[in-house]
Amino acid sequence: MSIAERLKQDLSELPDRGGPAQPLLIVRDLVKHFPIKGGLFGRSGMVQAVDGLDFEIRKGETLGIVGESGCGKSTASRLIMALLGMTRGEIIFDGEAVGSRALPLKEYRRQVQMVFQDSYASLNPRLTIEESIAFGPMVHGLARSAAIQRAHELLVAVGMAPGQFGRRFPHELSGGQRQRINIARALALRPRMLILDEPVSALDKSVEAQVLNMLVDLKDEFGLTYLFISHDLNVVQHIADRVLVMYLGRIAEIGPVDGIFDQPQHPYTQALLASRPSMDPDLRRTEPPITGDPPNPVNPPSGCRFRTRCRIAEDICAHSVPAMTTVQGLHQVACHAVEPESGHSLAPQEFAA
Amino acid sequence: MLLYIVRRVAYAIPIALLVSLVCFMLVHIAPGDPIDSIVPPDTPKEAVEQVRREYGLDKPLPVQFAVWLSHVVQGDLGRSIASRRPIAGDLMLASGKTFVLAVTAATIGFSLGVALGSLAAFFQGTWIDRLCVGFAVAGVSVPHYWLGMVMVIIFSVLLAALPAMGAGPSDWVWDWVHIRFLILPAITLSVIPAGLITRTVRGTVIEILNQDFITTLRGKGIRRSGLLLHVVKNAAPTVLAVMGLQFGYLMGGSILVESVFSWPGTGMMLNNAIFRRDIPVIQGATLVLAMFFVLLNLIVDLVQTAIDPRMRRT
Amino acid sequence: MSGDILVRARDLSIEFVSPDATVQAVNGVDFDLAEKEALCILGESGSGKSVTLRSLLRLNPPKKTVMSGSLSVCGEDMLTISDAKLNSLRGRLVSMIFQEPMTALDPVFTIGRQIAETIIRHEGISRGEADRRALDLLELVQIPSAKRRLAAYPHELSGGLRQRAMIAIALSCRPKLLLADEPTTALDATVQIQVLLLLHKLQQELGMGIIFVTHDLGVAGEIADRIAVMYAGRFVEEGPVRDVMRQPMHPYTRGLLGATVHAGMRGKRLTTIPGAPPDLSDLPPGCAFAPRCSEATRSCTADVPALHKLGPERGARCVLVEDAA
Repeated sequence: MSIAERLKQDLSELPDRGGPAQPLLIVRDLVKHFPIKGGLFGRSGMVQAVDGLDFEIRKGETLGIVGESGCGKSTASRLIMALLGMTRGEIIFDGEAVGSRALPLKEYRRQVQMVFQDSYASLNPRLTIEESIAFGPMVHGLARSAAIQRAHELLVAVGMAPGQFGRRFPHELSGGQRQRINIARALALRPRMLILDEPVSALDKSVEAQVLNMLVDLKDEFGLTYLFISHDLNVVQHIADRVLVMYLGRIAEIGPVDGIFDQPQHPYTQALLASRPSMDPDLRRTEPPITGDPPNPVNPPSGCRFRTRCRIAEDICAHSVPAMTTVQGLHQVACHAVEPESGHSLAPQEFAA
Repeated sequence: MLLYIVRRVAYAIPIALLVSLVCFMLVHIAPGDPIDSIVPPDTPKEAVEQVRREYGLDKPLPVQFAVWLSHVVQGDLGRSIASRRPIAGDLMLASGKTFVLAVTAATIGFSLGVALGSLAAFFQGTWIDRLCVGFAVAGVSVPHYWLGMVMVIIFSVLLAALPAMGAGPSDWVWDWVHIRFLILPAITLSVIPAGLITRTVRGTVIEILNQDFITTLRGKGIRRSGLLLHVVKNAAPTVLAVMGLQFGYLMGGSILVESVFSWPGTGMMLNNAIFRRDIPVIQGATLVLAMFFVLLNLIVDLVQTAIDPRMRRT
Repeated sequence: MSGDILVRARDLSIEFVSPDATVQAVNGVDFDLAEKEALCILGESGSGKSVTLRSLLRLNPPKKTVMSGSLSVCGEDMLTISDAKLNSLRGRLVSMIFQEPMTALDPVFTIGRQIAETIIRHEGISRGEADRRALDLLELVQIPSAKRRLAAYPHELSGGLRQRAMIAIALSCRPKLLLADEPTTALDATVQIQVLLLLHKLQQELGMGIIFVTHDLGVAGEIADRIAVMYAGRFVEEGPVRDVMRQPMHPYTRGLLGATVHAGMRGKRLTTIPGAPPDLSDLPPGCAFAPRCSEATRSCTADVPALHKLGPERGARCVLVEDAA
């Protein structure tokens, strides 16, 4: 019997309600504005951290979210995890609205677990690692001995010997080992989805590869769905089935990984891809693909938020927000230059048949 | 920056109002009828009621507060029950004496603290550091009224070098005749702030010396003397905040030391008033000290903001 | 001493001594850097790359650091240099930029002041003249609205501008050698390439030598003339950038290249190096990589492998390389 199967016995299994066609997660018009407190006479404003996200994650797939600092990818993950209250929007998990009577928050949080970038801060320094992993199941009613037993099995699953590591404390482990513990802990409640927020960004390259391989294995073994957030395009290209590119709180482009990486449509996606160091000394550039820093999300530009750094921006881009346009299949992009009859000089014209 | 100052001053107003409300309520929170402390116990009932009307004590509390506050704003704190003299005048005189003592003690304590704290930080881990920390711990732990008495025994009784009581023959002047009286209480009072500031400065400076930008500065070839400027400006906000608070305590918290040395300041005035149950004096003195605290906090905040650009949020 | 060698390190070793343990951060490193040359020291955390770089300006904690071997920088013997000479070298002939510009800049001084400070320190010019130079420098590092930015505090700038300001400080006295400690790691992807290209351009225009420490192969590929791969305090492989990236000789370099995720690896399993780097206070005998190396033999743990030269600038510390030649 596999570990995954044995884990199912401990806690009541979570049924697949909607069937395979039902997306596991649907995010509709997700908005989060943080007020900036100005005090008695101070100016106040809004950080538009996430401003209207719409997407789905199908069962068993890995959706990668990429973007630079301030694009709202981490805020989005915390909203989905219900660690932050949303300003507006809806999150539907396997056909049920999160927080509704059919899917109370506690139940939802068992099904969706999160792994953070900072492997040290995410672990209680006073608990041994087996206690850390056993903690969640114990809260959900598993006896201590059974929970520790499960912790040992999970340690094996993440490639660490329970006898050698179970009684150690987080500070006695390396960053890569701690991140394995965090993943084991996230799996302890037998969730259906993992939100991985920059899970390998703090790791050395040789350790990064180990953890990525392990994540691929665990996904199959535990039948998981991943939301994988990263600033590293190479990592996302390696692990994701579909990719969502965020810029200043909005979706710039979303689509299958091959479409995004081989035929990026949005000028931002193109710039982001072109910004990757080449790994080939003979392909060195002299001009950067894009200039400037990502703007501050406090006062984002009007219209298309990327227009201030866009090489093909025109008047229309300042005046209207580009709509999501389907390029091909699931590949969608929010750019006036792609949107038919948008008024942009590069926009395709639709001729009457 | 100007906007920030205006805003910060505006914040101080409700705090000041709240403080005065608490002071006003002192009389009413104290057990018994406040009128009892004004009239002798065997006064006939009609006379009591007349006094009550005269003092306005028959009106509802908010009205009493408004009346009291309007007097306070005009500098009228009422009269002492014991001496029948206006409180404001006495308090002014006593505040002046306390201020002289507090400023002197602060000057001694703060300079000693900054010097020892910086020394300890720059020589972290050496015997110099341990000596300074030892002094700081001793300074904070020694009860200062006890220290005061020991000083009196040594310098006044045994050596007969300095006077043990009072603040000199006349009103305060900065001459040797008067300064002789100041030395023992000021030194006694300076020991706690010296210890606290030593600890604060040491901790803050060590933290700053460990920051990345110090490495940058060393990498730029900046000498030790040049580093000092950066350390001072980075440490100043934290150290000033502690100093402000300490100065507040020196102004208000020197009751014991002033009593030991019979220094005629607000501390002694409060001490006497408490023993005599002279509630209007307690009220007035508390109000003045509390207002001083509010003002001090305001000044510290403004100075901090002036030094540290990260605190400006306008 | 030849005029066109900026740095010459021979058997350079650096230990950090504390009452608890002695950490052997760098264990016998040899390298030269010529004028106008760009060397990239590639390694993972704990490989000793930053310690090596900082030792070139003696910026490791002075009380704990014990250096041995020989190290000369711009003609000065760094093991015996006086404080006065050291302070005159730092920031004038050799300067350094760091990974995190937010913490590497003093938060309570303006950018302009921090640039001017360096110039005044080394050239003794007036404040007004230094301010004018500071403005030129901000324009040199392509900071838009430079005049306004002179009066800005570090927290008021974006990450990319902060790092540009840091570079401006480093370049303020036109150094001959620039040391860069992961200067683009903390930056966004689109900003990272801008800063890299800027550094490359400035290096060429100003004719500086540059030593770049990074864990990122891509960064090395973008800027380096030569690469030195560092593991557990030793240079395990070195050579011209093309050779090292195309024909890595040392199993560690090969593992690192295989473990680095890049385009075209989708669906494939990543090559991994098992285990983790060794504890520097308790190094294994012989080749420090042997415990993680799939090709290790008994001879690997006997002695530290000698550097086997494959060409004038090319070499690797691995017994297998020696055997193959």
